[in-house]
Amino acid sequence: MEPIIIDGTPKTPTIKFDAKEGVFEIKGRSIPENSVEFYKPLVDWLDLYKETPLNKTVVNIKLEYFNTSSSKCILDVFKKLEAIHKAKNDVEVNWYYEEDDEDMLEAGEDYESIIRVPFKMIEIVE
Amino acid sequence: MSFNVETYFSDLSNGNQIIYYKGNIDSDLINRVLDTVEAKMVNGNEHSKLRKKVYNVLVESLQNLYHHVEKVPEGFEDQTSEKYGILAVNKVDKGYTIMTGNFIRADNVEMLEEKIKRINRSNHEELTELYKFILNHQRISSKGGGGLGLVDIARKSGNRLEYSFKEYNGNSSFFYLKILVSENK
Repeated sequence: MEPIIIDGTPKTPTIKFDAKEGVFEIKGRSIPENSVEFYKPLVDWLDLYKETPLNKTVVNIKLEYFNTSSSKCILDVFKKLEAIHKAKNDVEVNWYYEEDDEDMLEAGEDYESIIRVPFKMIEIVE
Repeated sequence: MSFNVETYFSDLSNGNQIIYYKGNIDSDLINRVLDTVEAKMVNGNEHSKLRKKVYNVLVESLQNLYHHVEKVPEGFEDQTSEKYGILAVNKVDKGYTIMTGNFIRADNVEMLEEKIKRINRSNHEELTELYKFILNHQRISSKGGGGLGLVDIARKSGNRLEYSFKEYNGNSSFFYLKILVSENK
C-alpha cells in the first residue's frame, strides 16, 4: 500500500500513514470547516489497511487544536483501528498533549473511554 | 418589530474590544479572526493555557456561525452577506469574552434555548458525558456541525453560556451569545 503523506496547513494536520512500518501519525491543528472532506481519504485508506494489517500498528496523535467537526472524523479513524485490534492485531494509540493542556488530555480520555484500543497518554514537557 | 441589531449587539458587548466584525462569515474571515486574536494574545503575553482555551472557544463560535446562521430577514440592511454574523472579543479582568450575534428562525428558538438551558444546568462531568454521548451517537449533519459546538464551548470555558433572543419579525429572531473564558478555569 502506498503511504499517505499530507503536509499540514494552518487548519489541517500533517498526516503520515505508513502501512509498511505500521506507524500512523496525525500532528498539528485540525480545525477545517469541512472535516469530512479532509478525513474521508484517510478513513478509506484505513479500510484497505485493515484487510492486511501488520501485527503491530502504532498511532501517534499529536494535536495542538481540533474542532468538534474533526472530533467526529477522528472517532471514525479510531473505529477503524478498533476493528483492526478486534481482529487480534496489536494496536497502540499514543495520545500526546502539551504540559498544562488538560483539555487535550481530557479529549484523549474521551476517546479512550469510547474505543476499545489501548491508549497511552503522553505529556510533552517543554 | 424589527430593530437595529448592530446597536443592540454593541450595547451588549461594549468593553475593551480587541476585535469586532459584522458581515459575511466565510472561511477566510474565520482564518483572519483566529490569526488576529492569537497574535494579540501572544503579544499580550497571555498564559498558554488561557490562549488555547480562547482559541478553541473562538474556533467553535465562528464555525457555529459558519454552519448554522440563517438567511437574513427581508428588509434587513445587509442583503449581500450569505452568512451574516456579528462577532466581538473583549479583554476583561479575568480573561476574554467572546460574543456572537446571528439571525435564527423563530421556530428554532425554543429548541436552541432548551439546549442551552440543559448545558447550563450541567456540571463539568455531566458535560463530558453529554459530549461523549453526542460524539458517539450523532452523525455529522449536512450543515457540517455535529451538535457538539455549544457543549464543547461550555466544557472548555467552564462558565455558563449567557444568551438572549430578540424577536426581529414574525419569522426571525436575533440570537446573542456571550462566553467568558477565564484564567482559572
